[in-house]
Amino acid sequence: MAVILFKDRVVRPLTGNMAVSEAMRQINPDVVAAYPITPQTEIMQIFSSFVSNGYVDTELITVESEHSALSACVGASLSGARAMTATAGPGLALMWEILSIASGMRAPIVLNLVNRALSAPINIHCDHSDAMGARDQGWIQIFSEDAQEAYDHLIQGVKLAEKLYLPVMSCMDGFIVSHAIDRVSMLADEEVREFVGEYSHPYPMLTKTVTHGPIAMTDSYMEFKHQQRLAMEEVEKALNEVSKEYKELLKSKGNLEDWEIEKRILKFVEPYKVEDAEIVLVAIGSAAGTIKYVIDKLREEGKKIGLVKIKVFRPFPYEELAKYLENAKIIGVLDRAETFGGKGGPLLSEVLTALYLKGIFKPIRNFIYGLGGRDFNIIHVKEVVDILERTLKGENTPFLNYINLRKDYLESLK
Amino acid sequence: MWELGAVIPYPGNSKEYKTGNWRTFKPVLHKDKCINCMICFMVCPDSSIIVEDGKMIGFDYDHCKGCGLCAYECPKDAIEMVKERG
Repeated sequence: MAVILFKDRVVRPLTGNMAVSEAMRQINPDVVAAYPITPQTEIMQIFSSFVSNGYVDTELITVESEHSALSACVGASLSGARAMTATAGPGLALMWEILSIASGMRAPIVLNLVNRALSAPINIHCDHSDAMGARDQGWIQIFSEDAQEAYDHLIQGVKLAEKLYLPVMSCMDGFIVSHAIDRVSMLADEEVREFVGEYSHPYPMLTKTVTHGPIAMTDSYMEFKHQQRLAMEEVEKALNEVSKEYKELLKSKGNLEDWEIEKRILKFVEPYKVEDAEIVLVAIGSAAGTIKYVIDKLREEGKKIGLVKIKVFRPFPYEELAKYLENAKIIGVLDRAETFGGKGGPLLSEVLTALYLKGIFKPIRNFIYGLGGRDFNIIHVKEVVDILERTLKGENTPFLNYINLRKDYLESLK
Repeated sequence: MWELGAVIPYPGNSKEYKTGNWRTFKPVLHKDKCINCMICFMVCPDSSIIVEDGKMIGFDYDHCKGCGLCAYECPKDAIEMVKERG
Protein backbone atom coordinates (compact mmCIF):
# COMPACT_ATOMS: atom_id res chain seq x y z
CA MET A 1 0.00 0.00 0.00
CA ALA A 2 1.29 3.37 -0.96
CA VAL A 3 2.07 5.93 1.70
CA ILE A 4 -0.34 8.87 2.01
CA LEU A 5 1.63 12.11 2.19
CA PHE A 6 -0.90 14.89 1.75
CA LYS A 7 -4.19 14.92 3.58
CA ASP A 8 -5.46 18.41 2.81
CA ARG A 9 -5.18 20.94 0.06
CA VAL A 10 -1.69 22.30 -0.09
CA VAL A 11 -0.09 25.00 -2.11
CA ARG A 12 3.55 24.28 -2.68
CA PRO A 13 6.38 25.90 -4.60
CA LEU A 14 7.10 23.27 -7.25
CA THR A 15 8.81 23.15 -10.61
CA GLY A 16 6.84 21.60 -13.46
CA ASN A 17 8.90 18.44 -13.08
CA MET A 18 8.18 18.24 -9.36
CA ALA A 19 4.47 18.94 -9.86
CA VAL A 20 4.18 16.17 -12.42
CA SER A 21 6.19 13.75 -10.27
CA GLU A 22 3.88 14.48 -7.33
CA ALA A 23 0.86 13.86 -9.58
CA MET A 24 2.41 10.55 -10.63
CA ARG A 25 2.99 9.64 -7.00
CA GLN A 26 -0.62 10.39 -6.18
CA ILE A 27 -1.87 8.44 -9.21
CA ASN A 28 0.35 5.54 -8.08
CA PRO A 29 0.70 3.83 -11.49
CA ASP A 30 1.36 0.08 -11.61
CA VAL A 31 4.25 0.29 -14.06
CA VAL A 32 6.60 3.08 -15.05
CA ALA A 33 9.35 2.47 -17.60
CA ALA A 34 11.95 5.06 -18.50
CA TYR A 35 15.43 5.61 -19.80
CA PRO A 36 17.81 8.51 -19.08
CA ILE A 37 18.47 9.67 -22.64
CA THR A 38 19.87 13.18 -23.13
CA PRO A 39 17.74 15.04 -22.40
CA GLN A 40 15.59 13.15 -19.90
CA THR A 41 14.02 15.27 -17.19
CA GLU A 42 13.96 15.38 -13.43
CA ILE A 43 10.52 13.74 -13.51
CA MET A 44 11.93 10.23 -13.56
CA GLN A 45 14.68 11.11 -11.11
CA ILE A 46 12.18 12.41 -8.56
CA PHE A 47 9.72 9.62 -9.22
CA SER A 48 12.36 6.92 -8.83
CA SER A 49 13.12 8.31 -5.37
CA PHE A 50 9.42 7.86 -4.53
CA VAL A 51 9.73 4.25 -5.66
CA SER A 52 12.88 3.72 -3.56
CA ASN A 53 11.27 5.27 -0.52
CA GLY A 54 8.17 3.11 -0.86
CA TYR A 55 5.78 6.03 -1.40
CA VAL A 56 4.28 4.22 -4.39
CA ASP A 57 3.55 0.61 -5.36
CA THR A 58 4.95 1.15 -8.83
CA GLU A 59 7.15 -1.36 -10.62
CA LEU A 60 9.86 0.85 -12.08
CA ILE A 61 11.43 -0.76 -15.14
CA THR A 62 14.79 0.68 -16.10
CA VAL A 63 15.17 -0.17 -19.77
CA GLU A 64 17.94 0.30 -22.32
CA SER A 65 16.35 2.96 -24.52
CA GLU A 66 13.31 5.17 -24.96
CA HIS A 67 12.12 2.78 -27.66
CA SER A 68 12.12 0.04 -25.02
CA ALA A 69 10.59 2.32 -22.38
CA LEU A 70 7.44 2.82 -24.41
CA SER A 71 7.47 -0.83 -25.53
CA ALA A 72 7.47 -1.90 -21.88
CA CYS A 73 4.57 0.46 -21.22
CA VAL A 74 2.59 -1.04 -24.12
CA GLY A 75 3.08 -4.54 -22.72
CA ALA A 76 2.21 -3.46 -19.19
CA SER A 77 -0.84 -1.51 -20.25
CA LEU A 78 -2.26 -4.41 -22.26
CA SER A 79 -1.52 -6.83 -19.42
CA GLY A 80 -3.89 -4.89 -17.22
CA ALA A 81 -1.52 -2.48 -15.49
CA ARG A 82 -1.72 1.31 -15.46
CA ALA A 83 1.44 2.39 -17.25
CA MET A 84 3.16 5.76 -17.45
CA THR A 85 6.42 7.14 -18.71
CA ALA A 86 8.20 10.45 -19.18
CA THR A 87 10.45 11.73 -21.90
CA ALA A 88 11.60 14.83 -23.74
CA GLY A 89 12.64 15.95 -27.22
CA PRO A 90 14.96 13.40 -28.85
CA GLY A 91 13.71 10.79 -26.38
CA LEU A 92 10.26 11.05 -27.92
CA ALA A 93 11.86 10.83 -31.34
CA LEU A 94 13.37 7.49 -30.39
CA MET A 95 9.96 6.33 -29.15
CA TRP A 96 8.39 7.21 -32.48
CA GLU A 97 7.88 3.70 -33.83
CA ILE A 98 6.12 2.62 -30.65
CA LEU A 99 3.87 5.71 -30.57
CA SER A 100 1.66 4.34 -33.33
CA ILE A 101 1.85 0.85 -31.83
CA ALA A 102 0.58 2.15 -28.49
CA SER A 103 -2.33 4.00 -30.11
CA GLY A 104 -3.04 1.23 -32.63
CA MET A 105 -3.17 -1.41 -29.89
CA ARG A 106 -5.29 0.98 -27.84
CA ALA A 107 -2.99 1.02 -24.85
CA PRO A 108 -4.10 3.94 -22.62
CA ILE A 109 -0.58 4.94 -21.60
CA VAL A 110 0.00 8.41 -20.20
CA LEU A 111 3.26 9.96 -21.29
CA ASN A 112 4.73 13.10 -19.75
CA LEU A 113 6.42 15.03 -22.47
CA VAL A 114 8.70 17.91 -21.60
CA ASN A 115 8.83 19.75 -24.91
CA ARG A 116 12.37 20.18 -26.12
CA ALA A 117 14.03 20.89 -29.44
CA LEU A 118 15.15 18.07 -31.69
CA SER A 119 18.78 17.72 -32.71
CA ALA A 120 20.77 18.83 -34.67
CA PRO A 121 22.37 21.01 -33.46
CA ILE A 122 21.99 19.40 -30.06
CA ASN A 123 20.09 21.85 -27.89
CA ILE A 124 17.89 20.49 -25.00
CA HIS A 125 15.84 23.73 -24.64
CA CYS A 126 12.16 24.28 -25.28
CA ASP A 127 10.28 24.09 -28.51
CA HIS A 128 7.37 22.01 -29.76
CA SER A 129 9.08 20.17 -32.61
CA ASP A 130 9.08 16.89 -30.66
CA ALA A 131 5.33 16.87 -30.00
CA MET A 132 4.43 18.23 -33.44
CA GLY A 133 6.44 15.47 -35.07
CA ALA A 134 4.25 12.99 -33.19
CA ARG A 135 0.96 14.74 -33.75
CA ASP A 136 -0.40 12.23 -36.29
CA GLN A 137 0.34 9.08 -34.29
CA GLY A 138 -3.10 8.69 -32.74
CA TRP A 139 -2.28 10.18 -29.32
CA ILE A 140 -4.35 12.73 -27.47
CA GLN A 141 -2.04 15.73 -27.01
CA ILE A 142 -2.57 18.13 -24.13
CA PHE A 143 -0.38 21.21 -23.63
CA SER A 144 0.12 23.03 -20.34
CA GLU A 145 0.89 26.70 -19.79
CA ASP A 146 2.34 26.31 -16.31
CA ALA A 147 3.14 23.78 -13.60
CA GLN A 148 -0.38 23.93 -12.17
CA GLU A 149 -1.88 22.93 -15.50
CA ALA A 150 0.73 20.22 -15.97
CA TYR A 151 -0.29 18.78 -12.60
CA ASP A 152 -4.03 18.91 -13.30
CA HIS A 153 -3.79 17.80 -16.93
CA LEU A 154 -1.87 14.70 -15.95
CA ILE A 155 -4.46 13.56 -13.41
CA GLN A 156 -7.33 14.22 -15.81
CA GLY A 157 -5.32 12.74 -18.68
CA VAL A 158 -5.18 9.36 -16.94
CA LYS A 159 -8.95 9.23 -16.72
CA LEU A 160 -9.41 10.47 -20.29
CA ALA A 161 -6.98 7.90 -21.69
CA GLU A 162 -8.69 5.04 -19.91
CA LYS A 163 -12.19 6.07 -20.96
CA LEU A 164 -11.43 5.59 -24.65
CA TYR A 165 -8.31 3.41 -24.56
CA LEU A 166 -6.32 6.11 -26.28
CA PRO A 167 -2.83 7.09 -25.14
CA VAL A 168 -2.34 10.61 -23.81
CA MET A 169 0.70 12.83 -24.23
CA SER A 170 0.69 15.47 -21.51
CA CYS A 171 3.08 18.21 -22.60
CA MET A 172 4.78 21.10 -20.84
CA ASP A 173 7.42 23.51 -22.09
CA GLY A 174 10.98 22.46 -21.32
CA PHE A 175 12.78 24.61 -18.73
CA ILE A 176 10.21 27.44 -18.90
CA VAL A 177 7.66 25.23 -17.12
CA SER A 178 9.62 22.11 -16.27
CA HIS A 179 12.46 23.78 -14.36
CA ALA A 180 10.92 27.04 -13.10
CA ILE A 181 9.35 27.14 -9.65
CA ASP A 182 5.66 27.86 -9.71
CA ARG A 183 2.80 28.04 -7.23
CA VAL A 184 1.05 24.68 -7.41
CA SER A 185 -2.13 23.83 -5.57
CA MET A 186 -2.33 20.11 -4.97
CA LEU A 187 -5.16 17.75 -4.20
CA ALA A 188 -4.95 15.30 -1.33
CA ASP A 189 -3.55 11.87 -2.21
CA GLU A 190 -6.83 10.05 -1.51
CA GLU A 191 -8.75 12.49 -3.70
CA VAL A 192 -6.50 11.82 -6.67
CA ARG A 193 -6.62 8.05 -6.15
CA GLU A 194 -10.37 8.09 -5.90
CA PHE A 195 -10.63 10.29 -8.98
CA VAL A 196 -8.49 8.10 -11.23
CA GLY A 197 -9.95 4.89 -9.80
CA GLU A 198 -8.84 1.36 -10.65
CA TYR A 199 -7.34 0.61 -14.04
CA SER A 200 -8.95 -2.04 -16.18
CA HIS A 201 -8.52 -3.20 -19.76
CA PRO A 202 -11.17 -5.30 -21.56
CA TYR A 203 -8.52 -7.77 -22.80
CA PRO A 204 -5.84 -8.04 -20.13
CA MET A 205 -3.16 -10.52 -21.21
CA LEU A 206 -2.52 -11.67 -17.64
CA THR A 207 -5.99 -13.03 -17.07
CA LYS A 208 -7.45 -13.69 -20.54
CA THR A 209 -6.25 -15.88 -23.41
CA VAL A 210 -6.04 -13.23 -26.08
CA THR A 211 -3.75 -12.25 -28.93
CA HIS A 212 -2.51 -8.67 -28.91
CA GLY A 213 -0.77 -7.20 -31.94
CA PRO A 214 -1.74 -9.60 -34.72
CA ILE A 215 -1.10 -8.88 -38.39
CA ALA A 216 -3.87 -7.11 -40.31
CA MET A 217 -3.30 -7.07 -44.04
CA THR A 218 -5.02 -5.30 -46.93
CA ASP A 219 -8.32 -6.88 -45.93
CA SER A 220 -8.64 -5.35 -42.46
CA TYR A 221 -5.89 -2.81 -41.56
CA MET A 222 -7.87 0.15 -42.83
CA GLU A 223 -10.91 -0.67 -40.68
CA PHE A 224 -8.78 -0.58 -37.53
CA LYS A 225 -7.42 2.83 -38.54
CA HIS A 226 -10.99 4.02 -39.06
CA GLN A 227 -11.78 2.78 -35.54
CA GLN A 228 -9.01 5.04 -34.22
CA ARG A 229 -10.53 8.01 -36.04
CA LEU A 230 -13.92 7.21 -34.52
CA ALA A 231 -12.32 6.97 -31.07
CA MET A 232 -10.71 10.39 -31.57
CA GLU A 233 -14.13 11.79 -32.43
CA GLU A 234 -15.36 10.51 -29.06
CA VAL A 235 -12.70 12.51 -27.22
CA GLU A 236 -14.75 15.70 -27.00
CA LYS A 237 -17.56 14.00 -25.08
CA ALA A 238 -15.21 12.00 -22.85
CA LEU A 239 -13.08 15.05 -22.12
CA ASN A 240 -16.10 17.05 -21.06
CA GLU A 241 -17.19 14.24 -18.75
CA VAL A 242 -13.74 14.04 -17.17
CA SER A 243 -13.42 17.78 -16.69
CA LYS A 244 -16.94 17.99 -15.25
CA GLU A 245 -16.03 15.36 -12.69
CA TYR A 246 -12.78 17.16 -11.89
CA LYS A 247 -14.63 20.44 -11.56
CA GLU A 248 -16.97 18.86 -9.00
CA LEU A 249 -13.98 17.52 -7.11
CA LEU A 250 -12.35 20.97 -7.03
CA LYS A 251 -15.63 22.62 -6.05
CA SER A 252 -16.18 20.15 -3.22
CA LYS A 253 -13.04 21.46 -1.57
CA GLY A 254 -14.86 24.72 -0.96
CA ASN A 255 -11.71 26.82 -0.80
CA LEU A 256 -10.97 27.45 -4.48
CA GLU A 257 -11.97 30.53 -6.46
CA ASP A 258 -14.10 30.02 -9.57
CA TRP A 259 -11.40 31.33 -11.91
CA GLU A 260 -8.94 28.90 -10.40
CA ILE A 261 -11.29 25.98 -10.98
CA GLU A 262 -11.92 27.10 -14.57
CA LYS A 263 -8.21 27.28 -15.22
CA ARG A 264 -7.49 23.85 -13.77
CA ILE A 265 -10.08 21.77 -15.58
CA LEU A 266 -9.27 20.18 -18.90
CA LYS A 267 -10.53 22.13 -21.92
CA PHE A 268 -9.78 22.24 -25.62
CA VAL A 269 -9.15 25.98 -25.77
CA GLU A 270 -8.85 28.85 -23.33
CA PRO A 271 -9.98 32.21 -24.73
CA TYR A 272 -8.53 35.35 -23.19
CA LYS A 273 -10.26 38.68 -23.85
CA VAL A 274 -11.34 37.70 -27.36
CA GLU A 275 -14.95 38.97 -27.22
CA ASP A 276 -14.21 42.43 -28.61
CA ALA A 277 -10.69 41.78 -29.89
CA GLU A 278 -9.65 43.07 -33.30
CA ILE A 279 -6.31 41.32 -33.16
CA VAL A 280 -6.49 37.71 -32.01
CA LEU A 281 -3.40 35.65 -31.33
CA VAL A 282 -3.39 31.86 -31.25
CA ALA A 283 -0.69 30.15 -29.22
CA ILE A 284 0.21 26.99 -27.33
CA GLY A 285 1.98 26.50 -24.01
CA SER A 286 3.95 28.84 -21.77
CA ALA A 287 4.04 31.70 -24.28
CA ALA A 288 0.36 32.24 -23.49
CA GLY A 289 1.31 33.61 -20.05
CA THR A 290 3.57 36.28 -21.53
CA ILE A 291 0.99 37.10 -24.19
CA LYS A 292 -1.77 37.57 -21.58
CA TYR A 293 0.45 40.02 -19.69
CA VAL A 294 1.11 42.02 -22.85
CA ILE A 295 -2.59 41.97 -23.75
CA ASP A 296 -3.42 43.50 -20.36
CA LYS A 297 -0.80 46.22 -20.83
CA LEU A 298 -1.84 47.06 -24.40
CA ARG A 299 -5.52 47.11 -23.45
CA GLU A 300 -4.67 49.90 -21.02
CA GLU A 301 -3.63 51.84 -24.14
CA GLY A 302 -6.99 50.99 -25.72
CA LYS A 303 -5.72 48.33 -28.10
CA LYS A 304 -8.22 45.51 -28.58
CA ILE A 305 -6.17 42.35 -28.47
CA GLY A 306 -7.14 38.82 -27.45
CA LEU A 307 -5.64 35.36 -27.27
CA VAL A 308 -6.87 31.84 -27.86
CA LYS A 309 -4.70 29.32 -26.08
CA ILE A 310 -4.86 25.81 -27.50
CA LYS A 311 -4.77 23.27 -24.69
CA VAL A 312 -5.66 20.16 -26.66
CA PHE A 313 -3.90 19.91 -30.01
CA ARG A 314 -5.05 16.38 -30.89
CA PRO A 315 -7.92 16.04 -31.51
CA PHE A 316 -7.90 19.65 -32.70
CA PRO A 317 -10.89 21.86 -31.71
CA TYR A 318 -11.64 23.33 -35.15
CA GLU A 319 -15.19 24.53 -34.47
CA GLU A 320 -14.52 26.00 -31.06
CA LEU A 321 -11.46 27.85 -32.32
CA ALA A 322 -13.31 29.27 -35.34
CA LYS A 323 -15.98 30.63 -33.00
CA TYR A 324 -13.36 32.79 -31.25
CA LEU A 325 -11.77 33.92 -34.50
CA GLU A 326 -15.00 34.95 -36.23
CA ASN A 327 -14.97 38.58 -35.12
CA ALA A 328 -11.26 39.24 -35.41
CA LYS A 329 -9.95 41.68 -38.00
CA ILE A 330 -6.59 39.92 -38.17
CA ILE A 331 -5.20 36.70 -36.73
CA GLY A 332 -1.66 36.02 -35.59
CA VAL A 333 -0.70 32.37 -35.25
CA LEU A 334 2.32 31.61 -33.09
CA ASP A 335 4.24 28.43 -33.78
CA ARG A 336 7.03 27.03 -31.67
CA ALA A 337 7.87 24.45 -34.33
CA GLU A 338 8.92 24.48 -37.97
CA THR A 339 7.59 22.52 -40.90
CA PHE A 340 10.49 23.41 -43.26
CA GLY A 341 8.94 23.79 -46.67
CA GLY A 342 5.38 24.11 -45.42
CA LYS A 343 3.69 27.49 -45.64
CA GLY A 344 4.14 28.02 -41.90
CA GLY A 345 4.17 26.17 -38.60
CA PRO A 346 1.93 23.21 -37.73
CA LEU A 347 -0.54 25.34 -35.73
CA LEU A 348 -1.01 27.59 -38.76
CA SER A 349 -2.32 24.67 -40.85
CA GLU A 350 -4.87 23.82 -38.18
CA VAL A 351 -6.04 27.42 -37.84
CA LEU A 352 -6.40 27.73 -41.61
CA THR A 353 -8.44 24.51 -41.69
CA ALA A 354 -10.66 25.77 -38.87
CA LEU A 355 -11.31 29.01 -40.77
CA TYR A 356 -11.93 27.28 -44.10
CA LEU A 357 -14.45 24.88 -42.54
CA LYS A 358 -16.45 27.89 -41.35
CA GLY A 359 -16.03 29.76 -44.62
CA ILE A 360 -14.10 32.54 -42.92
CA PHE A 361 -11.49 34.42 -44.92
CA LYS A 362 -9.38 36.87 -42.96
CA PRO A 363 -5.90 38.37 -42.93
CA ILE A 364 -3.57 36.04 -41.08
CA ARG A 365 0.13 36.06 -40.25
CA ASN A 366 2.31 33.28 -38.94
CA PHE A 367 5.09 33.76 -36.41
CA ILE A 368 7.80 31.22 -35.70
CA TYR A 369 9.24 31.89 -32.25
CA GLY A 370 11.22 30.31 -29.45
CA LEU A 371 12.91 27.50 -31.36
CA GLY A 372 15.54 25.80 -29.23
CA GLY A 373 14.54 27.90 -26.22
CA ARG A 374 15.07 31.31 -27.89
CA ASP A 375 13.59 34.03 -25.68
CA PHE A 376 10.01 35.08 -26.31
CA ASN A 377 9.58 38.02 -24.00
CA ILE A 378 7.25 40.97 -23.64
CA ILE A 379 9.07 42.94 -26.35
CA HIS A 380 8.71 40.04 -28.76
CA VAL A 381 4.96 39.76 -28.19
CA LYS A 382 4.80 43.52 -28.80
CA GLU A 383 6.74 42.99 -32.03
CA VAL A 384 4.15 40.41 -33.13
CA VAL A 385 1.32 42.82 -32.32
CA ASP A 386 3.15 45.60 -34.14
CA ILE A 387 3.45 43.53 -37.32
CA LEU A 388 -0.26 42.69 -37.14
CA GLU A 389 -1.21 46.35 -36.58
CA ARG A 390 0.90 47.47 -39.52
CA THR A 391 -0.72 44.77 -41.67
CA LEU A 392 -4.15 46.06 -40.67
CA LYS A 393 -3.12 49.55 -41.74
CA GLY A 394 -2.37 48.21 -45.19
CA GLU A 395 1.36 47.69 -45.00
CA ASN A 396 2.67 44.74 -47.00
CA THR A 397 4.12 42.46 -44.31
CA PRO A 398 5.52 38.98 -44.85
CA PHE A 399 3.18 36.04 -44.28
CA LEU A 400 5.75 34.14 -42.24
CA ASN A 401 7.83 35.99 -39.65
CA TYR A 402 10.68 34.63 -37.57
CA ILE A 403 10.65 36.42 -34.23
CA ASN A 404 13.81 37.36 -32.34
CA LEU A 405 16.43 36.26 -34.85
CA ARG A 406 19.90 37.57 -34.04
CA LYS A 407 20.87 40.86 -35.72
CA ASP A 408 24.34 39.64 -36.69
CA TYR A 409 22.76 36.65 -38.41
CA LEU A 410 20.31 38.88 -40.29
CA GLU A 411 23.27 41.12 -41.31
CA SER A 412 25.08 38.06 -42.63
CA LEU A 413 22.19 37.30 -44.99
CA LYS A 414 22.55 40.66 -46.77
CA MET B 1 -14.23 -9.28 -35.66
CA TRP B 2 -13.51 -5.61 -35.09
CA GLU B 3 -12.25 -5.83 -31.53
CA LEU B 4 -10.52 -2.91 -29.81
CA GLY B 5 -6.96 -2.50 -31.09
CA ALA B 6 -7.24 -5.56 -33.38
CA VAL B 7 -7.28 -7.92 -30.42
CA ILE B 8 -8.13 -11.57 -31.10
CA PRO B 9 -10.15 -12.38 -27.98
CA TYR B 10 -9.98 -16.22 -28.05
CA PRO B 11 -7.33 -18.84 -28.84
CA GLY B 12 -7.21 -21.52 -31.57
CA ASN B 13 -8.36 -19.32 -34.42
CA SER B 14 -5.67 -19.64 -37.06
CA LYS B 15 -7.99 -21.95 -39.06
CA GLU B 16 -10.26 -18.98 -39.61
CA TYR B 17 -7.55 -17.20 -41.52
CA LYS B 18 -8.13 -18.45 -45.06
CA THR B 19 -4.83 -18.43 -46.90
CA GLY B 20 -6.22 -20.33 -49.92
CA ASN B 21 -6.64 -17.18 -51.97
CA TRP B 22 -2.87 -16.67 -52.10
CA ARG B 23 -2.74 -19.57 -54.61
CA THR B 24 -1.78 -19.25 -58.27
CA PHE B 25 -1.61 -23.01 -59.02
CA LYS B 26 -3.82 -25.50 -57.29
CA PRO B 27 -3.01 -29.16 -56.65
CA VAL B 28 -5.35 -31.70 -58.25
CA LEU B 29 -5.31 -35.35 -57.19
CA HIS B 30 -5.38 -38.22 -59.73
CA LYS B 31 -6.81 -40.91 -57.49
CA ASP B 32 -5.97 -43.74 -59.92
CA LYS B 33 -2.23 -43.09 -59.55
CA CYS B 34 -2.18 -42.43 -55.74
CA ILE B 35 -0.72 -45.21 -53.55
CA ASN B 36 -1.46 -43.43 -50.21
CA CYS B 37 2.24 -43.26 -49.29
CA MET B 38 1.51 -40.05 -47.32
CA ILE B 39 4.65 -38.25 -48.51
CA CYS B 40 2.43 -35.32 -49.51
CA PHE B 41 0.96 -35.28 -46.01
CA MET B 42 4.44 -35.06 -44.49
CA VAL B 43 5.77 -32.29 -46.74
CA CYS B 44 2.69 -30.04 -46.78
CA PRO B 45 3.65 -26.89 -44.78
CA ASP B 46 0.00 -25.90 -44.30
CA SER B 47 -1.52 -29.21 -43.14
CA SER B 48 -3.77 -29.05 -46.17
CA ILE B 49 -3.71 -32.74 -47.18
CA ILE B 50 -6.96 -34.34 -46.03
CA VAL B 51 -6.60 -37.90 -44.82
CA GLU B 52 -9.42 -40.24 -43.85
CA ASP B 53 -9.00 -43.86 -42.71
CA GLY B 54 -5.35 -43.87 -43.74
CA LYS B 55 -6.18 -42.70 -47.25
CA MET B 56 -5.31 -39.43 -48.95
CA ILE B 57 -8.65 -38.06 -50.18
CA GLY B 58 -7.96 -34.50 -51.28
CA PHE B 59 -6.89 -30.96 -50.35
CA ASP B 60 -8.06 -28.27 -47.95
CA TYR B 61 -8.34 -25.50 -50.52
CA ASP B 62 -9.18 -22.90 -47.82
CA HIS B 63 -5.62 -23.11 -46.55
CA CYS B 64 -3.50 -24.60 -49.36
CA LYS B 65 -1.26 -21.78 -50.65
CA GLY B 66 -0.37 -23.70 -53.80
CA CYS B 67 3.34 -24.10 -53.05
CA GLY B 68 3.45 -27.31 -55.11
CA LEU B 69 5.67 -29.27 -52.69
CA CYS B 70 3.20 -32.20 -52.69
CA ALA B 71 3.23 -32.43 -56.49
CA TYR B 72 7.04 -32.17 -56.59
CA GLU B 73 7.58 -34.89 -53.98
CA CYS B 74 4.85 -37.30 -55.15
CA PRO B 75 6.65 -40.50 -56.32
CA LYS B 76 3.75 -41.49 -58.62
CA ASP B 77 3.01 -38.10 -60.20
CA ALA B 78 -0.50 -38.39 -58.79
CA ILE B 79 -0.71 -34.67 -58.01
CA GLU B 80 -0.89 -32.15 -60.82
CA MET B 81 -0.60 -28.37 -60.41
CA VAL B 82 -3.30 -26.64 -62.43
CA LYS B 83 -3.47 -22.88 -62.95
CA GLU B 84 -6.25 -21.22 -60.93
CA ARG B 85 -8.87 -19.50 -63.04
CA GLY B 86 -10.12 -15.95 -62.38
